[in-house]
Amino acid sequence: MEKFTKLTGIAAPMPLVNIDTDMIIPKQFLKTIARTGLGKNLFDEMRYTQEGQEIPDFILNQPAYRASEIIVAGDNFGCGSSREHAPWALLDFGIRCVISTSFADIFYNNCFKNGILPVVLPKEAVDVLMADAQKGANARISVDLENQTVTSSDGQSFGFDVDAFKKHCLMNGLDDIGLSLEKVAAIDSFESRAKTLRPWV
Amino acid sequence: MSGPRTLYDKIWDDHVAHQSEDGTCLLYIDRHLVHEVTSPQAFEGLRMAGRPVRAPEKTIAVPDHNVPTTAGRDTHIDNEESRIQVEALDKNARDFGIHYYPVSDVRQGIVHIVGPEQGWTLPGMTVVCGDSHTATHGAFGSLAHGIGTSEVEHVLATQTLIQKKSKNMKVEITGHLRPGVTGKDITLSVIGVTGTAGGTGYVIEYCGQAIRDLSMEGRMTVCNMAIEGGARAGLIAPDEKTFAYVMGRPHAPKGAAWEAALAYWKTLFTDEGAHFDKVITLRGEDIAPVVTWGTSPEDVLPITGTVPSPSDFSGGKVEAVQRALDYMGLTAGQKLTDIQIDTVFIGSCTNGRIEDLRAAAAVLKGKKKKDGLRAMVVPGSGLVRAQAEEEGLAQIFIDAGFEWRLAGCSMCLAMNPDQLSPGERCAATSNRNFEGRQGRGGRTHLLSPAMAAAAAITGHLTDIRDLL
Ligand code: SF4
Repeated sequence: MEKFTKLTGIAAPMPLVNIDTDMIIPKQFLKTIARTGLGKNLFDEMRYTQEGQEIPDFILNQPAYRASEIIVAGDNFGCGSSREHAPWALLDFGIRCVISTSFADIFYNNCFKNGILPVVLPKEAVDVLMADAQKGANARISVDLENQTVTSSDGQSFGFDVDAFKKHCLMNGLDDIGLSLEKVAAIDSFESRAKTLRPWV
Repeated sequence: MSGPRTLYDKIWDDHVAHQSEDGTCLLYIDRHLVHEVTSPQAFEGLRMAGRPVRAPEKTIAVPDHNVPTTAGRDTHIDNEESRIQVEALDKNARDFGIHYYPVSDVRQGIVHIVGPEQGWTLPGMTVVCGDSHTATHGAFGSLAHGIGTSEVEHVLATQTLIQKKSKNMKVEITGHLRPGVTGKDITLSVIGVTGTAGGTGYVIEYCGQAIRDLSMEGRMTVCNMAIEGGARAGLIAPDEKTFAYVMGRPHAPKGAAWEAALAYWKTLFTDEGAHFDKVITLRGEDIAPVVTWGTSPEDVLPITGTVPSPSDFSGGKVEAVQRALDYMGLTAGQKLTDIQIDTVFIGSCTNGRIEDLRAAAAVLKGKKKKDGLRAMVVPGSGLVRAQAEEEGLAQIFIDAGFEWRLAGCSMCLAMNPDQLSPGERCAATSNRNFEGRQGRGGRTHLLSPAMAAAAAITGHLTDIRDLL
């Protein structure tokens, strides 16, 4: 998993509330064999017509936002199913941070497993950042995980809370696998003991 | 560790690579079996993180769930998504250097049949696979878990699984089975007693004379369905039969290594006085040939029984039984032997081994399936298929009007083209009778291979003992 420490990037404003996982990645794309490659179908039904043409109004289709790395979203982002395809699709598109007043629980946890930082802020702060994001590509928002702050393009800073353990994992790029690999010495020594005890394995 | 230990305790203790203060362990994994459906994202995860497979020599892959079981599949698979998943496994096996049995290989088959057949599964090992029926391998006295895709990736990368220890449960089958009763009838009968959640939180050890008496194939059938009883794994202590089965397999130890292994394997039994958190005992003599009538493996009755009524049950099961009877198109009070069937499926990791085919062929020899009935045999592996052809079993099936297929999961889960149509009723030797399991609207009755063969002849569910 990629580390997350600091990020300054274009933020796409998506004020819609209750953006669910079906919107993020519709079910017909779950048959994939990969975790990658889902970015082109991120928000598929909002983003393309049935014929597959881009819908120009959709935020990520607008020239200023095509390279967004942050989404500033309405309440309750990521509600719906537990599909990890949702964070996979966001990440594949290039989104590393989503800011909202609230997230669905499973989606929130899935983000951390995939190197995405979900930031919960009070409504007033999200409103400021939403307005900032609406200014276009020049309005870059900065996210600093170590200091737990989000800063708007004009320098307004907001502190946010995050679980210390999750922060540690994300800052060090550790998922379950990463954590287990921290114990690689124990695995190594188990392996060499087992080699003597049960060499036929 | 002091005091007497169970078989599970012993295998567990010998595989803890790391233990945290809260009891969470990294359990070392000796064999990791991989198939095409639950692994693509795991391999992709490794690629994204730039991680290798830690122990490719302990990792074995085979496509089974999705593959057609008809000729020509090694050059072309029609269904595009299936083809892509199989091709992905081809590539992942190549790129990561793991052992691989492609569809073109005679050794290809259902992962849980290939593992033991090739000697990958040995007593005292930990075995995992991204598939719930990994419990099958417990028949060798190896601790075998089914895992999810994230865990598949975890095992590929670390050769360990993050686990907390389960509780111990003993299922003892005393005495001897009566004629016509098989391992399938034991395992279904146990689930009938415990319910599908009865094993939740436990690792089951099956023991007792009737279990000892089973062949390795029969023991694999018993352990295969431990998961249907909700258990994390099912175990049977290895004995001379186990050692005889393992000896000479391609990946079994040889020479001095064999002797060393054997000495260790002989220590793998539950000590006198070891503690079990739950004990269930059945008399072998009391077990009848059974069938399922509903849509849960716990909906099981002796073939001499009648379809139950929702009012025979209590609590949430009342509604579930009503729903099951509606789905299955059955009426309370109907004799089980009066249930007409449309299709017979013999195969799956529960009953797709050579002994299963022998049992079915013994019933079918010189007979024909009922006119109009669809009947299919899908051997569990290419080697089972080859052996059955050599023994003349294939000809018996063909003469009886059965389709003789290539190896794979096939109609067990109907992910390939072998599916039931809505309302079609099937006597199946597989392990799940869930709604839609064998195809949307399909109706499944689980039973033993001999009972399936008997049903093929008469066209209705049949007491095998009437044909003995
Ligand atoms: S045969 Fe059926 S139960 Fe066994 S692995 Fe295949 S799909 Fe799963």
